[in-house]
Amino acid sequence: MPVSAARAPLDDTLTMIDLHGFGAQLAAGTALTVELALASAAFGLLVGLGMAALKLSKSRGARIIADTYSTIFRGVPELIIVLIVYFGASIVLTSIAEAFGGEEPIELHPFIAGTLALGLAFGAYASEVFRGALQAVPPGQVEAARAYGMSRWLAFRRVVLPQVWRFALPGLGNIFLVLLKDTSLVSVIGLEEIMRKTAIAVGFTKEPFTFYLAAAVIYLLMTIVSMIGLQLLERHASRGVRSATT
Amino acid sequence: MNWEVIGASIPKLLAGAGLTLELVGLGLAIGLIIAIPLALARVSGRWWLNGPAYGYIFFFRGTPLLVQIFLIYYGLSQFQGIRQSALWPILREPFWCAIIAFALNTAAYTGEIIRGGIRGIPHGEIEAARAIGMSRLLLFRRIILPRAFRLALPAYGNEIIILLKSSALASTITLLDLTGVARTIIARTYMPIELFVMAGVIYLVITFLITRAIRALEYRLSPHTRPPKPA
Repeated sequence: MPVSAARAPLDDTLTMIDLHGFGAQLAAGTALTVELALASAAFGLLVGLGMAALKLSKSRGARIIADTYSTIFRGVPELIIVLIVYFGASIVLTSIAEAFGGEEPIELHPFIAGTLALGLAFGAYASEVFRGALQAVPPGQVEAARAYGMSRWLAFRRVVLPQVWRFALPGLGNIFLVLLKDTSLVSVIGLEEIMRKTAIAVGFTKEPFTFYLAAAVIYLLMTIVSMIGLQLLERHASRGVRSATT
Repeated sequence: MNWEVIGASIPKLLAGAGLTLELVGLGLAIGLIIAIPLALARVSGRWWLNGPAYGYIFFFRGTPLLVQIFLIYYGLSQFQGIRQSALWPILREPFWCAIIAFALNTAAYTGEIIRGGIRGIPHGEIEAARAIGMSRLLLFRRIILPRAFRLALPAYGNEIIILLKSSALASTITLLDLTGVARTIIARTYMPIELFVMAGVIYLVITFLITRAIRALEYRLSPHTRPPKPA
């Protein structure tokens, strides 16, 4: 058999894996997607914990603020939130700049707009998860810690928070998997994450199915990796807890 | 704020909301039809039924809906066979592509929700139905399906809300749903905040009404759990 005939299929396979040279582009988009997901989750966790504290506070006003926040951000499409944050922030920034004599319109970087928007959406769901987890810590444990002479903050940090983390992790994991997929929406405001890079590749190669399928496979792999990571986190958070099974 | 433009845009936004409801309604209906066999395959206990069903569910739950919409709307045109087939007049239309994507996507989630409902039925009820001689089909129609539906209703209500919110993605394939109409008016007037907030409010109202309707349905379907009326 001639060598060239044997090599042709191999070349084809390599072109498939490299996606007509767009493999590196998709990899760069993937990295940006991962960064966006992690940044949004970090911001969303802070917002969620803060809002959960407001929901459990004695002040009626604080509870109303937190409940309104989660009602709005859970009832409005994530795409609309992304678009409002992006265009809204740009308009506000531009008018602030004009007040100080600036003339150029200012645009919020899509990465920052995306982090804010997805983080706010994440926080709305996370606040409910945290509220449940905070309530799941038996109050007797806090009383015991206080009786030992721990300050309120120390009791919160050493007794409540580690358990909240354990109770909240399964719920937070589910929200994170939703967030990971919602990062695709930020392509609409021009961030060059996976979807945007894929659209560019489709424009050049005219092979939409191949490329969107490749994007789907990348998202699936990210989902699988996240699920494994979440499982490890859960195992770490519940070390020392006797399980009812086995 | 320019109230005149906002006032004039409301009828257009409401027309967009009509298309949103149409897309969601059709997607849900077709999705439910696909979801029932998926759920049955999942609980069948046979690997050659469970395996493919799980693969389907894993793909549609593990990838963004946006990718699924683009795969169907842009992706299918890559194949000449499809472009020449009798289905092409349907697959060319963004309206039907959106509905197909919504239906396939929601079916994956709904399948798992129904599976949870079936798993939640107390086994004694199924044994009792068998003991009085119901055939498999009758057992399924009279006991399993209605019971699973009632048990799954709260979770299914959440799924309806999620699909309603996801339907905003229809605007990315040129459809003039609620979000699409808002984006079109913004392109002309450049008033993004006003119009997106208006659209957001309409979504909130629809979400609120759906939540209420589901709660009313739950109440109606569980008379046995209510305390008896005082005589």
